[in-house]
Amino acid sequence: MATAISVRNLRKVYPGQPPVVALADASIDIKDNEFFTLLGPSGCGKTTLLRMIAGFEHPTAGSLTMHGENLLDLPPYKRPVNTVFQSYALFPHLTVAQNIGFGLEMLGKPKAEIRQTVDEMMALVKMTEMADRQTGQISGGQQQRVALARALAPKPRVLLLDEPLSALDFKLRKDMQLELKRLQKETGITFVFVTHDQEEALTMSDRIAVMSAGEIRQIGNPRQIYDQPAERFVADFIGDTNFLPAEVIDTKGQTVTIRLSSGKEIAARAAEGGSHKGKVTLAVRPEHANIGPEADGLLGGTLGEVVYFGTDTHYHVALEDGTGFVVRQQNRPDAAAQFSTGDRVGVHFAPGIGQVLKD
Amino acid sequence: MADLSSAAETQASRRRWLLLAPALFILVFAAAGPLLITLVYSFLTPGDYGGVEWQASWQAWFNVFMERDIFDDTLGWSDAHLSIFWRSVKLSLMTTVLCLFFGFPTAYFIATRPKKQRDLWMLLIIIPFWTNLLIRTFAVVELIRAEGTVNTLLIWLGIIDSPIHMLFTEFSILLGMVYVYLPLMVLPLYASMERLDFSLVEAGYDLYATRLKVLRRVILPLVKPGVIAGSILVFVPSLGAYVTPRVMGGGNQLMIGNLIELQFGQGRNWPLGAALSITLLAIVMVALMAYVRAAGNQEPHRV
Repeated sequence: MATAISVRNLRKVYPGQPPVVALADASIDIKDNEFFTLLGPSGCGKTTLLRMIAGFEHPTAGSLTMHGENLLDLPPYKRPVNTVFQSYALFPHLTVAQNIGFGLEMLGKPKAEIRQTVDEMMALVKMTEMADRQTGQISGGQQQRVALARALAPKPRVLLLDEPLSALDFKLRKDMQLELKRLQKETGITFVFVTHDQEEALTMSDRIAVMSAGEIRQIGNPRQIYDQPAERFVADFIGDTNFLPAEVIDTKGQTVTIRLSSGKEIAARAAEGGSHKGKVTLAVRPEHANIGPEADGLLGGTLGEVVYFGTDTHYHVALEDGTGFVVRQQNRPDAAAQFSTGDRVGVHFAPGIGQVLKD
Repeated sequence: MADLSSAAETQASRRRWLLLAPALFILVFAAAGPLLITLVYSFLTPGDYGGVEWQASWQAWFNVFMERDIFDDTLGWSDAHLSIFWRSVKLSLMTTVLCLFFGFPTAYFIATRPKKQRDLWMLLIIIPFWTNLLIRTFAVVELIRAEGTVNTLLIWLGIIDSPIHMLFTEFSILLGMVYVYLPLMVLPLYASMERLDFSLVEAGYDLYATRLKVLRRVILPLVKPGVIAGSILVFVPSLGAYVTPRVMGGGNQLMIGNLIELQFGQGRNWPLGAALSITLLAIVMVALMAYVRAAGNQEPHRV
């Protein structure tokens, strides 16, 4: 697939004492027809990057091209991208239909074409009956859909979405996630989506860039990001993770053999570009581990809290070396609770399931 | 039961009137009262040394628009009054337009500064208000008079040989009024721009609107209440302006305010002054109604 947007060493520094580095030499290639997500905590630079693609901010250094064309020389109104704003930013003095038609009108399209596209867009987001309403008279979810239709109407090559779902309640957010994914598939437009919600990122994206403190920490598809986090920040930010101290004793390509604090040895994957020797940190997801009798386990410990969650139960184990470890096991009505607080237990996980982190 | 509740109601209504009394007092004696006196005076006969004779007459109203020639006694339009009305309306409209022209970018500039700086800029706008109007007007005179700062500077720079005649013209009145009334335009404009959600401006740019189109299609419709309020606040006092045309116009470029003052002072024709005051009020009301209707009826642009 061709590259839609190419970001090269993009840097943004806000002057001040000391200067604030909002974005530190970010490089990303976003492909055509891709649902690409920028994921990170607030202040990580994801919105700054999005606003630079839209043209609202100017980078301190670096290059930004779209299909080979330099975007940095173009003002926002000449860039073939549209934005769905976090606050929706619907024009309060215009009706729903007028909002959706605004971009086409500014492009100087003929009236008949504008009317037809506006009708199509309203059907696409199921807002046809609301065409003549003022934007103040419709609900948050409906405003969200109008904002989406307004940004899609001029048929941009890339759609930028700045945390568009954060103001919606849980149920509506779930629906809109699916709807966004459907719209992206139907229109074939490249979506660049900004969010701090890891679950949202995992369920919707083709690829995710995890960002922190102005830097891109890892780029990959949701499965890679979740199963093979490159470093501690990524493993910690996305999902729950247990971190174990370990020592590498043998390396074979991406597979390493490590010795755990209990002295037992097991195979694990190594993150790309990380050191494969000496003391390392092993990341194991709670649902990838099992709890059992102490003798069978890789690591022994004492069972602390047992928290019942309906679908699964969380076992908090205090390991021999003092580190905490959480095991998440799916509940089945036919299985009786085997262990209770205070029991000596063993923690086990399969060879190759743990990930050796970069740092 | 019925008696009790009606007694309580009477008491409540009495208390309501008592609480309303101060406001009613102000309205009756400070607003409606003087206006009524003015209206009554305009239908009386002038006294010999000022004041009025209690004798009904249409003469004052007749004199507002018409005059009898001194020599041949023919009836004609009062050119002097009509030209003063025209000058007043023309200068007030120009003042309003110029204040809007200079005030809009000023207010936009202040509204887009960081929050801490805004107060400082607003202070700079408001400071002239703390100085006496007369002194501010004379300061402008000092700038533009024949030996004033501007002429001296231009001659010193060699741009002109002899001073430009600026004082005591319609231009000087206009300059003075724009200077004096500009803050009245900036304040309401700033108030509505400060509330403006600037993500809407970004949304406009994002949707292919150029700067000019964003101004016309997004910013202007949203700050229209400020534009209307500012225009009214500038237009109304401009029309009745007295000090500025007196000082900057030098007595030969009268506006309605000066004409009214003349009738109550040297002219010793209080009924004519009263009739002119009511005429001014009527002009203001008609102008405001026309303006508000024109501004309010503007249909949002249809797709």
